[in-house]
Amino acid sequence: MNPSKVELEAHCIDHNAKLVCLSRDPVCQVVFHFHGLLSTSQTQFSDCRGRSLDPCAIAAMDFSNFQAPGMYPYHASASKQAEKSYVDHPIMGPHSSSFTLMPSAPTTHTQYPYVTGTSVLGIKYKDGVLLAADTAGSYGSTVRYKSVERLKPVGKTTVLGASGEISDFQAINQMLEQLVTKDFMWDDGNNLGPVEIHNYLNRVMYNRRNKFDPLWNSLVLGGVKNGEKYLGVVTMIGVHYVDDHVATGFGNHLARPIFRDEWRPDLTLEEAVALLEKCMLVLFYRDRSAVNKFQIANITDGGVQITEPYALQTNWSLKAFENPTAGAVGSW
Amino acid sequence: MFRNQYDTDVTTWSPAGRLHQVEYAMEAVKQGSAAIGLRSRTHVVLATVNKASSELSAHQKKLFKIDDHIGIAMAGLTADGRVLSRYMRSECINHNFVYESPFPVGRLVVQVADKAQVCTQRSWKRPYGVGLLVAGLDETGPHLYQNCPSGNYSEFMAFAIGSRSQAAKTYLERKFESFMDCSKEELVRHALHAVKESLQEEDLSSANCGVAIVGIGEPFVILDPKTLQAYIESLEGGKDDQQVKVEAEEERPAAIIERQGTAGGGGVGVGAEGEGPTDMET
Repeated sequence: MNPSKVELEAHCIDHNAKLVCLSRDPVCQVVFHFHGLLSTSQTQFSDCRGRSLDPCAIAAMDFSNFQAPGMYPYHASASKQAEKSYVDHPIMGPHSSSFTLMPSAPTTHTQYPYVTGTSVLGIKYKDGVLLAADTAGSYGSTVRYKSVERLKPVGKTTVLGASGEISDFQAINQMLEQLVTKDFMWDDGNNLGPVEIHNYLNRVMYNRRNKFDPLWNSLVLGGVKNGEKYLGVVTMIGVHYVDDHVATGFGNHLARPIFRDEWRPDLTLEEAVALLEKCMLVLFYRDRSAVNKFQIANITDGGVQITEPYALQTNWSLKAFENPTAGAVGSW
Repeated sequence: MFRNQYDTDVTTWSPAGRLHQVEYAMEAVKQGSAAIGLRSRTHVVLATVNKASSELSAHQKKLFKIDDHIGIAMAGLTADGRVLSRYMRSECINHNFVYESPFPVGRLVVQVADKAQVCTQRSWKRPYGVGLLVAGLDETGPHLYQNCPSGNYSEFMAFAIGSRSQAAKTYLERKFESFMDCSKEELVRHALHAVKESLQEEDLSSANCGVAIVGIGEPFVILDPKTLQAYIESLEGGKDDQQVKVEAEEERPAAIIERQGTAGGGGVGVGAEGEGPTDMET
């Protein structure tokens, strides 16, 4: 353990806090008392019996089992003293974390998205439901991954499409996989359909947002069960609805107006695919995190088919594209 | 009564390979007044023999609605039965909360059976002293199950439990092959015939029996005494061609009956407005 690490960890500690150190070295079963400002020069160390310790000796100790107060388990008798030396967060209560020295700080790294997918579109048509999503995974504004499949079948009657945090989507998929497998194992003729999955996800999403730890996604559920078409949305805060055509993210602004103009309940498969492709192209032109590589899922009474990723013919020779910075003074 | 060195606690085996305490619990079911269940392709009917413990008291309730699609009839210790019914109700409501869909009956029955089984394997517990007939609907249609204190459960076309249930079973065994195509009304009448077999001396009346029905598109209902009496009277007046005046058959949540077929035909009789009398077919 080098001294600089001690400093680094030390300035995370509140004034007068105590740290419990459980060391592999039996000599080091001590409580360190920190007094005053937490720079090494102003820090005093003492052991559990109140004897002061030489900072140099501390630097030589093995801190590999270093624990901050409140981060149990610890076994030393010194722990009793440490117990009251920190204050629980007034709302969140005692907090445990394996790597931070701030005993009351909540985890924050799960509360923002890192790698995200953009819009998902869904429409009902004559014989079933179609979903469409591209395969981009953006790291912030960088289109970092180009082959992330965002449409996944859930059971035999449902497809889940996700925009938002990709890893959260993967976690949701694992959860659903387990759920559907257990359901399948009953083998009693009852199966989770799109209605059940949609409601289940709604409960999960809303529950996670209530923990201030949301799953950062907007989810689209399409399914057909017993001839009944189903198309619904759940968002990261638990908003949920069903409609004849839905979209998430940018799709809400760019695709749904087109759906409102052109969607009919009796669209044939070909017409419905053409409508989705038109919208996907608009999204590709105007949404910077969309890529020209996408999949379409087709759910009918016969089951689920998801296309391999494919691209559409683009046309950049439109007048508006010729000199995009004209009129935008200061643009590059 | 039964003295036996192997029956002092539930978990002790007798050398003959029996668990006497569990068998005593099943005996409690046999002592209770009978419960009967039977089903067709579309409906399940439950019926009970109601016995008051004293001239001055009312009888114990033996039919319970669990959810719109599930109901139970019990024989044995009704107090234990109420505990199980509360459990079943809460499981159904939780399932409905999470999935917005009715709990598959068979799965609920397994959970209840598992609960009962635990009591046969813990020294500090006692088995439930109640047998249940569970009637319900799921995606695959109507079902009738029986739950036993031992943790066993089975599905049935028709079954009876409780005191003098053998007589009812004999009736059901003789007739069950025709049940599949029965109408709801015919099923009720078969149930009442079976109840009659289990009754001691007394005459069948709406005071000493209970009937409940659940069917495709129809939520579980326990018949009110008036409707029940009408069915009973239709039995007495000779079997066939009788028409029961089924008056506005209990209030029903409108959402669930939307798919209900037009059961009523050209029947006579008084009916609430909008709901005609129902045919009693053969």
